[in-house]
Amino acid sequence: MGRALDDEKMEWMMGLLLRLGVLLAATVVITGGMMYLADHHGTQVSYRKFVGHPISVRHPAELTGSTSLAVLDVGILLLVAVPIARVGFALFAFLAERDWLYTAVSALILAVLVWGMLRSG
Amino acid sequence: MHLETFTALVFIGSFAAGMLGALTGLGGGVVLIPLLTLGFHVDMRYAIGASLISVIATSSGAAAAYVREGYSNVRIGMFLEVATTLGAVVGAFIAAYAPTRALAIVFGVVLLYSAWLSRSRHDHEPAVEPNPWSEKLGMSGKYPDGHGGWTAYVVDRIAAGWAMMFGAGILSGLLGIGSGAVKVLAMDKIMRIPFKVSTTTSNFMIGVTAAASAGIYLTRGYVDPVLVAPVLLGVLLGALFGAKVLARARVRLLRTIFACVIGALGVEMIANGWMGRL
Repeated sequence: MGRALDDEKMEWMMGLLLRLGVLLAATVVITGGMMYLADHHGTQVSYRKFVGHPISVRHPAELTGSTSLAVLDVGILLLVAVPIARVGFALFAFLAERDWLYTAVSALILAVLVWGMLRSG
Repeated sequence: MHLETFTALVFIGSFAAGMLGALTGLGGGVVLIPLLTLGFHVDMRYAIGASLISVIATSSGAAAAYVREGYSNVRIGMFLEVATTLGAVVGAFIAAYAPTRALAIVFGVVLLYSAWLSRSRHDHEPAVEPNPWSEKLGMSGKYPDGHGGWTAYVVDRIAAGWAMMFGAGILSGLLGIGSGAVKVLAMDKIMRIPFKVSTTTSNFMIGVTAAASAGIYLTRGYVDPVLVAPVLLGVLLGALFGAKVLARARVRLLRTIFACVIGALGVEMIANGWMGRL
């Protein structure tokens, strides 16, 4: 059962990738959050009315005005990238296993993810 | 409310939501959205955005532990992810045009359904004859039986399960939840996959499903980073803590209490949506 062993190893590596990715994203979000709290000490907040805070993947340079918000945005984008990276990893793992069916399945999911990311106006 | 107070309270509430979600297996989103909208008067769209991001974090953060146990099936998961991601993009498109009142009512119905589902048992009769597609699609597998051996299983009614997963994806994209309850239903009840394999594979799929609609939520401005930061960190830590105490907790009693709470929240969401107060 060579394939089962390969699958096991692949799932183990996927788990590691996910955990490290979440740890990294959470660290960036904590940093940005602390910076924001220090900047906006004592201000009032309300989310009763929807104003909207667009975060664009295509123009990361013009994320937001202040540094702390930009750090928070980067942390959130990193987090969203984690499961996408997992699918990308699966694509190469299935390719290495010469499992064409699941290489195609992975490519299809990746295509849907990229489509959802970019064609979203 | 002052920024510091608001952030601290949202963090504590999200921690509790994440812990309850992990303990009951329903996920953090089902408690989080009523908490934010009913408790903190957050606009439904911000609540959905914050929930979606936290769902990605908990699904990905918990995956490593499930993988180690050897229950999740990566092929079943990825085959069905095609359906859930397509559904999620469709759901997120609908969410952009649906009024928040309608979203609140749909969410309330999902809560009531989850409450009912979390109380019902999960036993299903095995398939009459093995489905040949289970082998062809490489979905047959085995899982540890708890006595050092392995139990083999096959997958049945793949097309029906796939269609159900498309529906789960739409709900996920529409409401910013993991919709783990519907995913488990599709795998456990329709495809006759063992319950343990269903729940762990469902968790494995949730992050990718949520990521599919995240792009649309981000560009539409639903993800406010100042709100998302305490929600995300709270739910993530709460879920990890919940998973740790899961082994020792009296899950039966907790499930019953939680089902009642979720049912009550469902009724309140429907009532508020109906009267246009959200």
